[in-house]
Formats: sequence, structure tokens, C-alpha cells
Amino acid sequence: MLTEKPPQHAAAPGTVVPERATLEVRGLAAGYGGPLVLRSVSLQILERQVTAIIGPSGCGKSTLIRCLNRMHEVLPGATLEGEILLDGRDVMGLDPVLLRRQVGMVFQRPNPFPSMSIFDNVAAGLVLNGVRDRALVAEKVEGSLRAAALWDEVKDKLKAPGVGLSGGQQQRLCIARALAVEPRALLLDEPCSALDPIATGRIEELLLEIKKTLTLCIVTHNMQQAARVSERTAFMLMGELVEVGPTDTIFTKPSDKKTEDYITGRFG
Amino acid sequence: MTPGYRRRKLINAACFGLTACCAAVGMGALLFILGYIAWQGAGAVRWSFLVNLPKPVGEPGGGIANAIVGSAKVVGLATLLGGPIGVLGGVYLAEFGQNRTGALVRYAADLLNGVPSIVIGVFAYTLIVVPAKRFSALSGSVALALIMIPVVLRNTEEFVRLVPHTVREAALALGIPQWKVILRVVLPTAAPGVLTGVLLAMSRIAGETAPLIFTAFGNRFWDNGLLHPIATLPHTIFTCAISPYKEWHQQAWAAALVLMFFVLGVNVSARLFLRPASGGER
Ligand SMILES: Nc1ncnc2c1ncn2[C@@H]1O[C@H](COP(=O)(O)OP(=O)(O)O)[C@@H](O)[C@H]1O
Ligand SMILES: [Mg+2]
Repeated sequence: MLTEKPPQHAAAPGTVVPERATLEVRGLAAGYGGPLVLRSVSLQILERQVTAIIGPSGCGKSTLIRCLNRMHEVLPGATLEGEILLDGRDVMGLDPVLLRRQVGMVFQRPNPFPSMSIFDNVAAGLVLNGVRDRALVAEKVEGSLRAAALWDEVKDKLKAPGVGLSGGQQQRLCIARALAVEPRALLLDEPCSALDPIATGRIEELLLEIKKTLTLCIVTHNMQQAARVSERTAFMLMGELVEVGPTDTIFTKPSDKKTEDYITGRFG
Repeated sequence: MTPGYRRRKLINAACFGLTACCAAVGMGALLFILGYIAWQGAGAVRWSFLVNLPKPVGEPGGGIANAIVGSAKVVGLATLLGGPIGVLGGVYLAEFGQNRTGALVRYAADLLNGVPSIVIGVFAYTLIVVPAKRFSALSGSVALALIMIPVVLRNTEEFVRLVPHTVREAALALGIPQWKVILRVVLPTAAPGVLTGVLLAMSRIAGETAPLIFTAFGNRFWDNGLLHPIATLPHTIFTCAISPYKEWHQQAWAAALVLMFFVLGVNVSARLFLRPASGGER
């Protein structure tokens, strides 16, 4: 098994399970060597829920989620201070390679591996991490493609190059690729911004499906999307987290004036 | 129509004519060389020429079989030695070479590329032939590998660098260790360009003569393994061409034709290699 499963909290029937945070950020400050891009951001991303992050472009949404799986530090000059916890453990104490297997990521532009077939794209995370059992790999590839609602469209051309698919299919392929290593959480950075409404709809549907087993955090500039898919929404502005709460509340009666201005379209 | 307009049109036509002429000279030189070699050599290229050993002067039916096989061996071994070094060095430059060390390696590679091939031959002679006290296929291969390395290195660097950053990012985000990201994801993405570079470098060293004079040395018989002198096509052309015998001159032309075909074949297949990649990218 690739990933270490967290302890299961078996709840007695009838009791209310307290909401656990899969990921938690405390007092995060981050930048790229110049002025800070994120300042004192604190946020919980709750287990098996979809947390949406909204805010005008340039406010630091991508930077924030890239901190969560330590992809931020890959960029030259990147700085980071504060605490990031995965299931209560500080991720700075984890091997980034192992952390990223538990906290997957889907990017703004679909980015299948150009040299690989559809099958190999999905299998890459397993095969390149040393899984030799081909039957197991094939099984996981099929499972991931089904979860990403792509199986029926590609099952007859698994050997075809991944970059030959349409944009929406490529993005679902990237989701399948991320799911194949069985992460605890999946971070999605504006996954639909390059897609048409139909492709976007299919991705939103599959997100609602996979959140049953997975913690999701989606960055989006599309407020309807946040309203459609998320339980909780966080609003960011100029590197700070203004407000976070249940999506309904954020969109109907936000407590901060700036949030209200943004969602009513007065700026941003 | 103003005089200024007429003048401009004339200058345009003159510029076009001049550049077209120069292009035609370049193209014409290639066709002339090909045609002349074919005309001079075709008469002597027959089956027996390809499968027989050289014969003494005056005896008909001599061939260059040993040189064909010898060239394949020396170039093949040179590729085995120089190819991986060039490719991995190029990967280093592309992935980790944005610093002083990288600049130094790049500069050294360019210098090595500019070293006259005869000097490389003398170097391999001193390094291997002198201590071993004999000419050998191996020393020839080392000399050719030294010529190949900088070419493959810089070409590989270029193609690895062309791989989009998003590919690396996607792989790192899957929790794949960096060295595997580079060798198993980035390098395969660049593979068509990298392999094309290796093939072109092979066709270049296949025609090198000077580095083989003091190393592979040449041999009128079948070679005796990698640690003995060996015949090669360019060296056979050289010895036949400077000999005083008419029929050997004829053989030099024929051997040149065989070598040309080999080099052209490799070049054409290299281009074919590159094509599906540029078509498949989006
Ligand atoms: N690689 C980088 N180097 C330097 N500055 C960056 C880099 N990426 C983003 N930034 C800056 O950080 C700020 C936040 O960017 P980002 O997190 O991408 O915002 P968002 O995703 O909300 O649009 C912007 O001002 C942007 O210019
Ligand atoms: Mg962004």
C-alpha cells in the first residue's frame, strides 16, 4: 500500500461525528522572495467536504493551495512560515514526496504526460513509485478512470496518447491520475477555467461523487461553481483570508462587508 | 509610378535574386557531390565489393566488407560510450545547469566541439594506444565518442529544456521523486529530439577520418576484436585514394558512395524520428 491510512473514527450510530480537519493552516505567511503574497492565513479544510476558495485573481489562492502539498517550495525564491497540518501532523516534518502522495493536485491547465498513453498517465503515480503488480495497476487504473467519469469514453483506446483527448477529457484524465495513488485530499486549482460549460458540468458532477471518500479543496473564480459544489467557502483578498464559513452563509449573509461587496459584484 | 517605387522594386528583385542564387549554390554543391560520387563509384559497387575482403593490387574482385563491419563496430561502440554520457550530461545542464558550474560545462562542451578532430585522434593515441602498445578499435571508438559527446550534450540540453514546466509539476505533485520525474517523465517527453541528436551525431562521426588514423589504424583483413587494429570506411577511402593504383582509386569512390548512403540513410531516418513528436504535441 502506498499511503498510510489515518485511524478510522468509527462512530456509534446516532452520535454526531465531530467534523475533523484533514488539512489545517495556522498563521501562514508565504511569498516568492519579494513582498509577502500570503499573510496570517488560517483555514481548516474539513474531512470529506468540498472547501471552495474564492477571491479576485492575484489574491493568493494558488499560492495557498500550493503550500498545502509543498509544491510552493518547488518554485525558486519561495518562502513559507507558519503551520500546515495534515491530520494534525506538521507537514514540514514529512518527506514532501510522501506528503504529495497523500495530498494530490489538479492544475488549471490539463497537463497529461505527453509521452504517455491514457493508461500510462493514470498508472504513472503507481508504477513510478514502484508498484510492480500489473494486475493491481490495471485494476487501480480502471477504478480511477471510473471515479473520474472517463472510463466509458476511453476504455477502448487506453493505449492512445493522453494528449489526444479533448480538453475536458484531459482534465478528467488528470483527476484520474491524481486519484490513482489514493490520496487523502485533492487540491484543484481552477480546474475548469480552461473548459466549456458542458465539460465543467461533468467535472462538478464527479467532484460531488469523489468527495464521499476524499477531502476536496477547489480554487475557483466562478462563484456559481463554488455555490454548486462546496460545503464551505473561504474568501480571500490581497493575500489575506477575509472570511470562511458554510457556503450558504457566505453567499447569503456574509459577516464581512468586503465579502458582500465581492459576491454582489461590486468589485473583483 | 514614382521613381522611388521603381527603385525599391528593383532592389527587392536584386535581393531576392542574390539570396536565391546563394541557396541554389548550397543545394547545387550537395547534388554535385552526390552525383559525382555516384557517377565515379557506382561502376565498382557490386555485391562482391560489399562482401569481399580487400585483395592485393592487380587481383580483381577486392571488396570492403571488413571496413563496412569495422565502421559499424567502431561507430556503435563510440555511441555506447558517448551517447549515454552526452544524454545524461545534457539532462544535467537542462535541469541543474542554471549556475556557474553549468555555464562552465557548457563552455567546455563548446570548446571540445571546436577541437580539430585530428587533435582528438592524437589525444586518444596518447591515452590508449601508447599505454596499450597497439592500435585498436577501442581507441578509435574513444576518439569518436569524444567528438560525439559535446554534440549530443548540447542537443539533449536544448530538447529537455523545451519540455514544459507543467509536465515536471504534474509529476512532482503525484509524489514521484525528482530523479524519477527527470528520467522517467521529462526525458521520455524529450526523447524524439534527443534520439534524433544521437543519430545525427552518429552520422557525423561515421565520416570522421582524422581521429582514426592513429587509433583504429586500418586493417586489410577481418578485425580481431576490439583490442586490435580495425578497418573503417573513411579510413579505407583515405588509404585507397592516396595510393598510386588506378583500381584502388576506383574502390575509394565506391567506398565513398557506400559511406554516403549510410550517412544519408541515418539522416533521413533521424528526420522521420522527429516528425511524429512534433505532430503529436499540442
Ligand atoms: N512564481 C511566482 N513568482 C513571483 N510571484 C508570484 C509567482 N506566482 C504568483 N506570484 C504573485 O503572487 C500573487 C498571488 O498569486 P496567485 O497565488 O497565483 O494568485 P491567484 O491564484 O489568486 O490568482 C500575485 O501577486 C502574483 O503576482
Ligand atoms: Mg491562480
